Amino acid sequence: MRIAKVVIFILCLVPISLLFYKFFNDGLGANPFEALTRQSGEWTLRFLLLTLSLTPLKILLRKSWPLKFRRMIGLFVYFYASIHLLTYIWFDQFFDWGEIWTDIIKRPFITMGMLSWFILLPLAATSTNAMKKRAGRYWKKIHQLIYLVGVLVLLHYFMLVKADILWPLIYSAIFTCLMLVRLWKLQAPFSALKNAAFYTRLKN
Amino acid sequence: MLIKKSVSIRSSEITPRDIYEQRRKFLKTSIHAGIGLATSGLLTTYSPGVFAGYGLKRLKHTKNSRFTVDDELTKYKDVTTYNNFYEFGTSKSSPAANAGKLTTEPWSIRVEGHVEKPASYHLEDLINENALEERIYRLRCVERWSMVIPWLGFPLAELIKKVKPTSKAKYVEFSTLYRPDEMKGQRRSVLDWPYVEGLRIDEAMNPLAFLAVGLYGEVLPNQNGAPIRLVVPWKYGFKSIKSIVKLRFTEQQPVSSWTRAAPNEYGFYSNVNPEVDHPRWSQSRERRIGDFFKRKTLMFNGYADEVAHLYKGMDLKKYF
Repeated sequence: MRIAKVVIFILCLVPISLLFYKFFNDGLGANPFEALTRQSGEWTLRFLLLTLSLTPLKILLRKSWPLKFRRMIGLFVYFYASIHLLTYIWFDQFFDWGEIWTDIIKRPFITMGMLSWFILLPLAATSTNAMKKRAGRYWKKIHQLIYLVGVLVLLHYFMLVKADILWPLIYSAIFTCLMLVRLWKLQAPFSALKNAAFYTRLKN
Repeated sequence: MLIKKSVSIRSSEITPRDIYEQRRKFLKTSIHAGIGLATSGLLTTYSPGVFAGYGLKRLKHTKNSRFTVDDELTKYKDVTTYNNFYEFGTSKSSPAANAGKLTTEPWSIRVEGHVEKPASYHLEDLINENALEERIYRLRCVERWSMVIPWLGFPLAELIKKVKPTSKAKYVEFSTLYRPDEMKGQRRSVLDWPYVEGLRIDEAMNPLAFLAVGLYGEVLPNQNGAPIRLVVPWKYGFKSIKSIVKLRFTEQQPVSSWTRAAPNEYGFYSNVNPEVDHPRWSQSRERRIGDFFKRKTLMFNGYADEVAHLYKGMDLKKYF
C-alpha cells in the first residue's frame, strides 16, 4: 500500500510537471499564461472527479482500498485549484486586488470559482488525522461540501466558455454518474427493506 | 474625408521578415545550446510548422505608410497558430491543425441585395494583383489578447464602389463559406452556420476597413481566413470575418452570428472600448501576444482619430 501511495503521489505530479516543462519550452502556444490558467483549471476538475470516483469504485468493486487514496487525491484537488487561482491572481490581474474584488462581485463565473476555492480550504485544513479527530462528528459534514464544490466548479466552467459547451457537458455527465452511484447505494438498503416487507405480505 | 496621418514608422525601418526570423532562430538556437547537450535530444521546441508557414505564395505589394503602427510585429508563428476560427474547431490550435483541408481555388463571392450589379464574381476579378498594399494593424480580440499583423490587401471601399450599392443599402452583411466536409467545426452547431457579420455602410466605406488576402508578404494561410477576409481593426476580432463568400447589401441591420449566440455579450458594433465591459470580464486591459505584462486597451483600439466620428452622439454603452 505504501508503494502504491508513492506511485500515485508521483502520478498526481505528472500534470503539473508537464505544464512546467511545456511552459519553459515554448510548448503552450502563443499565449502561455492563458494556457496555464486554462489547463490548471481543467486538471483541478479532473482531480475533483477522480476523488469523487473513489467511493463509487468502492461500491462497485465491493473493496475498500480505493478509499485509502481519497485524502491524497483530495489534497491534490486543492493543490491544482490553488495553482489555478494563483495564475489568475498573478498573470491575469497582477495582484490588483481592487480589480479582483470587482471581478468577484461582478462576474458570476469568477464568484463561483473563488467560492469553490474558499470552500475547499476547510477540507484541506481538516485533512490531518489530528484535525479529523478534533472535528469529530462535523468532519463528515465538512467533507460533504465537496459535492457543492463539484456543482460550483461545473457552473464556473459552463459560464466561462464562449459557445462550445461540449466539454462542460462531458464533465457534468461524469459528475452526474458518480453522484447516481452514491444515490443508488443509499437507496439500496431501503429497497431491501421494501422487498422484505413485500415478501412478508406475500407470505401472510 | 480628411484622415489624420497616424504617427508612423517608415517601412524601411521595419526589419524584413527573413532577417527578423533569422535573428529569432539564432537566439533560440543559442538558448538551446545554453540549456545543454544533455537534454538537447528532448527539446524539440521547433517542431516542423514553427517556420513552415513561410514558403506560401508571395504577393507583390507596396507598403502603405499611412496605416502602420509603432508596435513590434507579432511572430508569424503566433499569428498563424493561435486563431479563433470556429469553422475548424473551437480551440486556438485547431484552425492551424484542420484548415489544411480547405480548397480555396476556385473561389467566388456572391454580391446581392441593394446593388446595381448583383452577381457572382470570381475572386480574381475582384482583386487587382498589382494594387495590393501592406498595412500594419493592431488586432484586439474580445478575449483580451492582441496582435500586430502586417496584412496585404485592398480597401473594402474599392470593392463596394465596384458593385455600386443603391441608396437603399444601409448595411453590408458578410457570410463565411459553409462547407462542413472541409470545415469540420461546422459539423457541430456551436454557432449558427454560416458565420455572418455586418457593418454599417459608412463603416464599410471607412478607409481603415480592409480586405486582406495575405499577411507577412504571402497569401493568407487557410487558418487566417484564406483566400479573403475582412480586417476592421477598431472592432473586436470576431467582426473581421474570414473566408468570405457573400456580401449582401441591406436596408435592415444584419444579425451577426455572435449576436445571435449571445445578444447580451456581443453587440452589432463591437467596437474596441476599454470602458464598456464584456458581461464576464473587464475590457480595460489586454495581453499582447508575446508579452508578459498586460497593457491598457485603447479606445477604438487606437484608431479613434480615424473612426470616432462614425459614432458621434451615440451611447456606446447601449450600442456596444
